[in-house]
Amino acid sequence: MNNNKTDGGTDSGALLDVKDLRIEFPTRRGILTAIDGVSLRLNSGEILGVVGESGAGKSLTGTAITGLLERPGRIAGGEIHFNGQRIDNLPAEAMRKLRGKQIGSIFQDPLTSLNPLYSVGRQLIETIRTHTDLTPRQARARAIEMLTQVGIPAPEQRIDQYPHQFSGGMRQRVVIALALCVNPKLVIADEPTTALDVSVQAQIIELLKQLCREHGSAVMLVTHDMGVIAETCDRVAVMYAGRLVEVGPVQEVVKQARHPYTRGLMGSIPKLGDEVEHLVQIDGAMPRLSHIPKGCAFNPRCPYATARCREEKPEFAQAGQGEVACWLWDGVNPATDPDTLFAEVSQAQRAKKQMNAVRPAPKTSVQNCGQEV
Amino acid sequence: MLSFLIRRLGQSMLVMLAVALLAFSMFRFVGDPVTNMLSQDASVEEREQLRDSLGLSEPLYVQFSTFVVQAAQGDFGISYRNQRPVSELIAERMPATLELVAVAFIISLLVGVPMGVYSALKSHSWLSHVFQTLSLVGISLPTFVTGILLILTFSVTLNWLPSFGRGEVVNIGWWSTGLLTASGLKSLILPGIMLGLFQVTLIMRLVRAEMMEVLRTDYIRFARARGLSNRAVNFGHALKNTLMPVITIIGLQLGAMIAFAIITETVFQWPGMGFLFIQAVSFVDIPVMSAYLLLVSLIFVVINIIVDMLYFLLDPRLCADRGTANSH
Repeated sequence: MNNNKTDGGTDSGALLDVKDLRIEFPTRRGILTAIDGVSLRLNSGEILGVVGESGAGKSLTGTAITGLLERPGRIAGGEIHFNGQRIDNLPAEAMRKLRGKQIGSIFQDPLTSLNPLYSVGRQLIETIRTHTDLTPRQARARAIEMLTQVGIPAPEQRIDQYPHQFSGGMRQRVVIALALCVNPKLVIADEPTTALDVSVQAQIIELLKQLCREHGSAVMLVTHDMGVIAETCDRVAVMYAGRLVEVGPVQEVVKQARHPYTRGLMGSIPKLGDEVEHLVQIDGAMPRLSHIPKGCAFNPRCPYATARCREEKPEFAQAGQGEVACWLWDGVNPATDPDTLFAEVSQAQRAKKQMNAVRPAPKTSVQNCGQEV
Repeated sequence: MLSFLIRRLGQSMLVMLAVALLAFSMFRFVGDPVTNMLSQDASVEEREQLRDSLGLSEPLYVQFSTFVVQAAQGDFGISYRNQRPVSELIAERMPATLELVAVAFIISLLVGVPMGVYSALKSHSWLSHVFQTLSLVGISLPTFVTGILLILTFSVTLNWLPSFGRGEVVNIGWWSTGLLTASGLKSLILPGIMLGLFQVTLIMRLVRAEMMEVLRTDYIRFARARGLSNRAVNFGHALKNTLMPVITIIGLQLGAMIAFAIITETVFQWPGMGFLFIQAVSFVDIPVMSAYLLLVSLIFVVINIIVDMLYFLLDPRLCADRGTANSH
């Protein structure tokens, strides 16, 4: 699935190009920066996974792309280009025409995504007729066809039913039908399976993948389910505290993560069959937006953090086939195997610790205690 | 739905019986009617005779059942004061009250709902803040004060509108209407505003709060994400969901307006049921009072049933008949 599309390094030809996006929330206590310098690129037909802890800014990035950022949030910097057109500064009406028609959305909770007072068919037909010139009769035929495509049995009857008459999984199928009914070029799926039964999750993801391939739609899949990412995506973007920390082809990010945070994230996936007393976790919690540390946002939780990480914000740099924002990779050959690099860094740390154990530690390191366990 | 309706009707009957008991007990506890009806120097025989002719010497349960049976047929007895059947008095006064309430209700809907929708959609605009402030005034100012202020401004100072009465009325059968004459319509304006003002502010605040709640829901965000026009989202999707809870309150308020038109009718000397009731209270005219009590309860019960039925029409989730044997 990730054979033809690798990291879109070229400037032209990308379907979605987010450059240095910055989203701010002005509050009484000053401006909170929720998204800080995020750049993403998505080629047509490609599936990009966006992962990170809750509050990392995954959904917010998706919301900004669809132009549905709610007040007081605002895009304070950067550009969003879609299909060669800049869309972050489009007038509301032009943006509305783009939504649904060119950029479809799937929300997290299928139970609340549908208006309970209108039949499923009415909601489908309404969407189809907003974006096309079809007659009501044609739109209804199209709606039935969409319901068939998303695997709803007896669509001719079910089209006139109301959302409460569908189960959770079925409702998410309807939501997918709504998102894809006018063949958008891009679908932003915001945790489409989080609210669903585990047994239904795989079906929905498979359906989404298959339909997007058939319709030729690219997908931005926001999730924190690494299993879904590994099975579905071509490329993965990892976010932390409103910043992008690593982007790369899915195999590389999952198997050979280059950022300490991604390594922590991958390491915390429990493996079936392993008998463990405790689940592996990354110590600490993601900083609040009002208290994002100086330098690299991850430094207080990073076992490899150095003085530089606490002072300077790391730049995005090429590493392997992807990119990573981490000082560990500064001056290192991008082709270096991450496992080797991290082994070396750990060894150097251990050596330093032994030295400190022999000589009493200087006062400065006391301030940093707790960073290196 | 039918079983629901039957159950609801059964409950309503019980409510009405309970109210009837209260209305009936008024006869017993608010003084002795015989003393009120006869002069001071009436003899004991005269009293006993009247007591017998009014059926007051029967056992209590017999009296009560007679009361209920007669009330159900619209017979509430004879007014002590007017010496005329209460049902006749009420029928005479009802059109005045109902027309007044209808005008006030229409004013409150036509003004309250759009104001509420506007201040929910444009919650930060200056006009919304003005609405909010005005509604605070409207909700906290007692209605009799607004009524008197209206009279002072429009009747006394400007001399535009009449300050009391219904103006000329036209009789259509037993229904006397003020809607067909210029003076009748003019007379409706001030009391209509007075009675409607509180409802305007209430409905506006309610619609605003409900709509802001609805606008935050996922299905509204999803409707926007589907690229529907603002008009379709706000009025097609959000407003209908907003009105669901609002209907209940509006229904109950309609009942309250009929019942508590008393104050407005008193301020404007409006010849309606409320005015009749106030006069009945000052004369301890118990048949009128108990009939009024029963009538108001009946209005509330009927409105409640209508509201429940409206829910069935509007919310597909309640209509089990339309469902299939699927998923639930």
